[in-house]
Amino acid sequence: MAEPLLSVERVSHSFGGLLAVNGASLSAPAGRITGLIGPNGAGKTTLFAIICGFLKPCEGAIYYGGKDITGEPPHRLARHGIARTFQIVQAFGGLSVRENIVVGAYLRHPARGAALTAADKIGCEVGLGEMLDQPATTLTVAGSKRLELARALATEPKLLLLDEVLAGLNPSEIRDFLPVIRGLCDRGITIIMIEHVMQAVMSLAERVSVLAEGRIIAAGSPAQVAADPAVVEAYLGHGAAAKLEATHGH
Amino acid sequence: MKGLLPIAIVVVVLASVPLIVHSNVVLNFLVVTLLIALAGQGWNILGGYGGQYSFGHAAFFGTGAYVTGVLQVRFGVNAWVGFAAGIAGAAAVGAFIGGLVFRARLRGSYFALVTLAFAEVLRIVASVAPITGAGVGTLIKLDLHARSFQFESRAVFYWVILALVAVSLVIAEMLERSRFGAWLIAVRENEYAAMALGVDVSLVKLGAMVLSAAITGAAGCFYAQYFLFIDAGIAYGTWISIEALLTPIIGGVGTVFGPLLGALVVKAFGESAKLITGDAPGLDLIAYGSALVLVIAFAPRGVIGAVADARNWVIRRSMAVRSLPREASRG
Repeated sequence: MAEPLLSVERVSHSFGGLLAVNGASLSAPAGRITGLIGPNGAGKTTLFAIICGFLKPCEGAIYYGGKDITGEPPHRLARHGIARTFQIVQAFGGLSVRENIVVGAYLRHPARGAALTAADKIGCEVGLGEMLDQPATTLTVAGSKRLELARALATEPKLLLLDEVLAGLNPSEIRDFLPVIRGLCDRGITIIMIEHVMQAVMSLAERVSVLAEGRIIAAGSPAQVAADPAVVEAYLGHGAAAKLEATHGH
Repeated sequence: MKGLLPIAIVVVVLASVPLIVHSNVVLNFLVVTLLIALAGQGWNILGGYGGQYSFGHAAFFGTGAYVTGVLQVRFGVNAWVGFAAGIAGAAAVGAFIGGLVFRARLRGSYFALVTLAFAEVLRIVASVAPITGAGVGTLIKLDLHARSFQFESRAVFYWVILALVAVSLVIAEMLERSRFGAWLIAVRENEYAAMALGVDVSLVKLGAMVLSAAITGAAGCFYAQYFLFIDAGIAYGTWISIEALLTPIIGGVGTVFGPLLGALVVKAFGESAKLITGDAPGLDLIAYGSALVLVIAFAPRGVIGAVADARNWVIRRSMAVRSLPREASRG
């Protein structure tokens, strides 16, 4: 198995009395897609926020490329090559699509010309080529998700964290989006994706970790995880696995 | 750079005014207008592009004015050196306030209130400290020579302030085309998204604050040289904080020409309100206030924004009309 690019070790974070992430560990092998799934409120987005430096973990450590990056601020992590998309789209509303992407591109290309060229290229790659001059606010949900992705890509990340990029898309939009994500992985970008669209996780991710109530309750290949009784119970409630087993038995 | 052409045209047109108009009243009006435009451009860098609405730009204006004045009067420093020191002093005050405020992560109305408080503290200190002349103020000795940064002709003063405004316009234009500017606008639009894209939000805000303070400080330096008198109420008074933020807001916040346009509109409106209402005290201020309310209610992006909206509306209409037959044939 490939050396992990990122490993999260026994990380905890609480908001006041609520323990949102409780000793969670996760690793992302370089050049692969790792899925992070779990019921609503499991702490997935909080875990992402910790990895990207938006929240400081109360306990635990995060290693990226073998280096301890725990508690580093988001902008420095972005320079190291960690990029994320936001579950709730955070476009720069007053700017055009191109200007949105350029903000990310400036990280690696200080000159305006080079940054604009890079932004246009990435815009086309994610399928926003015809919308570059539009105000970002005029994009559809699918368009804004692509823009989130484009901006993150413009920082030329090594590790990309996708927080529900497929949420809110219709089946045909999802079908169009999947090859884009797979293409990123083929280019050598390591991806961790939070996703509720199971069909997408199952087809894209090589490994899946399941977070429930702040803990990682299972990890393995998509098929293994889907068959794990603990996972079934986390999603469907206590005793669900046994009932399913029983129905299948008949 | 094609963005510099409009600036060149505007500056050349404005520069030719004293060749045609010789009235001191008009020139004085224009000098004050450009002075406010310069102070407003300073505010615009931080407030317009960076989204940090300061209510205390008097802190920078006053520091520029006092450093220029006090260095000449108390220490016999050359006026031009004093002028440069004034700009540097204002920038240093900007760095100090920005360092504290942004480190404390103050935003929105908290940022506005704290900047206002800093300006007020400086005003009170200046009104009691002996070095500033306390309540008496600082009077710069009349010496109408270029080496003392004083000119017999108002036209020369006018060209000097116009040159400063021209520099500030070029700075704004360059900002719009630079990485720093793009990051600053990103911070204005969404701090979290900017952070995720590698923008050091505090550093970018601090840089904008220093640049902003230096430009507004330059307006203060010029004020001291032009009027040759400053006291705490003038230099650190809320009037300049308000003028500095009104002009870009009325002209078009976060645009290169917004502060200049806003200053022209505000000053022209203020003068005509005074003319129309005559000597009735306060009536011109009521007219002034009503105009402000109208601008904020109906043209929140200022004059430039309103013009752009109107143009877009016309373009969209003409495009809609043209695409109608195509839509019909497709259906």
